[in-house]
Amino acid sequence: MFKKLAVAGFVIVTFIVYSFHQRNEGTQAVQRVTSSQSQNTTSPQTTSSSSTTSPSAMTSYKDGTYTGKSSDAFYGYVQVRATVSGGRLSDITILNYPQDRDNSIAINNDALPQLKQQAIQAQSSAVDGVSGATDTSQAFMESLGDALAQAKA
Amino acid sequence: MIRQTQLIMGMPITVMTPDMSVTDENINEVFDFFTKIDREYSPFISTSVVSRINDGSVGESEYPKELKDILKIAEQTKREADGYFDVWHNGRFDPSGVVKGWAIAKAAELLAKHTNDFYIDAGGDIQASGVNDAGDPWRIGVRNPFDRHQNIQVVVLKDHAIATSGTAIRGQHIYDPVEGKKLDEVASISVVARNIIDADRMATAAFAMGSNGIYFIEQLDGYEACAVMHDRTMIATTGWHDYEAKA
Repeated sequence: MFKKLAVAGFVIVTFIVYSFHQRNEGTQAVQRVTSSQSQNTTSPQTTSSSSTTSPSAMTSYKDGTYTGKSSDAFYGYVQVRATVSGGRLSDITILNYPQDRDNSIAINNDALPQLKQQAIQAQSSAVDGVSGATDTSQAFMESLGDALAQAKA
Repeated sequence: MIRQTQLIMGMPITVMTPDMSVTDENINEVFDFFTKIDREYSPFISTSVVSRINDGSVGESEYPKELKDILKIAEQTKREADGYFDVWHNGRFDPSGVVKGWAIAKAAELLAKHTNDFYIDAGGDIQASGVNDAGDPWRIGVRNPFDRHQNIQVVVLKDHAIATSGTAIRGQHIYDPVEGKKLDEVASISVVARNIIDADRMATAAFAMGSNGIYFIEQLDGYEACAVMHDRTMIATTGWHDYEAKA
């Protein structure tokens, strides 16, 4: 369980870092995430040890390419493909991500006031509830978990 | 105050009301409705109408009436948002961008039969009606997309709705085609409108527009929004401050 979370957590961190460096290419484009570091941190493990880099367990995944199920991020699908080589997760390809609109829209900004940009600040006052986005990371983990389950079989 | 939460459609759904005359049965009716909608509209349930449209076993003439309502909302949004909203993705039918808001609105209609004061939250999209247990309008935080335990705005809503679209993990870089410079990336955008269907669909559309989204909302009547950028700044529309909590 911890293992799975560690794997998924690292992958998400990698993905965030990656996303800051890649220009968006839309849903159709296949995006690749490869990190040499991820090969160390995401080595699969069958024991319940808290270590995330146990070399003894590295062969628990069979080499190959596994496509996870398409998981619903509620406003779109997330699907990943995991590549295992040398018993380790070596590559994750994002096959589908909920963004399929192009990046140009005709808005006449000249007709609108320039809106003020300011730093975000934590608000401590009491609230009845909170509005926030349903995160795609859950769908991402689901699809990856499915791909890795296949690699284990 | 009555407050109940259930996990349905893969997200927490919360119903609150200060009106103690509302019965458990009334609240359960709302949760049962969400469960029914999940069963009928989940793309992961093979017998759902969405799955059957995708496998070709349900033709347009057999669409249930509620699906026609949902499609009508989707069509209208696609038109108003200049194509930045579509229930068809890569040839697959996926109306979930509308179903959530529509389901909250229908659930609100169910509760409105019993009380004027309630709050329905489905995965962070909220319809607020009347007042809370202090007799004040509902106070709703806007979550910091970089720290889910923190709010960065507090709005006060009475007979209004708020919906947030976005995610912290997204590789979205928008370039101004004229200036050629990179515009700030949007992490999330929260939209306030009179009803949740409108808030939800416009939040989805505005988020898809990247940094133009906040200006798209600015030019719409009856909508206000607050966008949070990846550089940890925010931009609000001119009327947003009318909803901000004063203290």
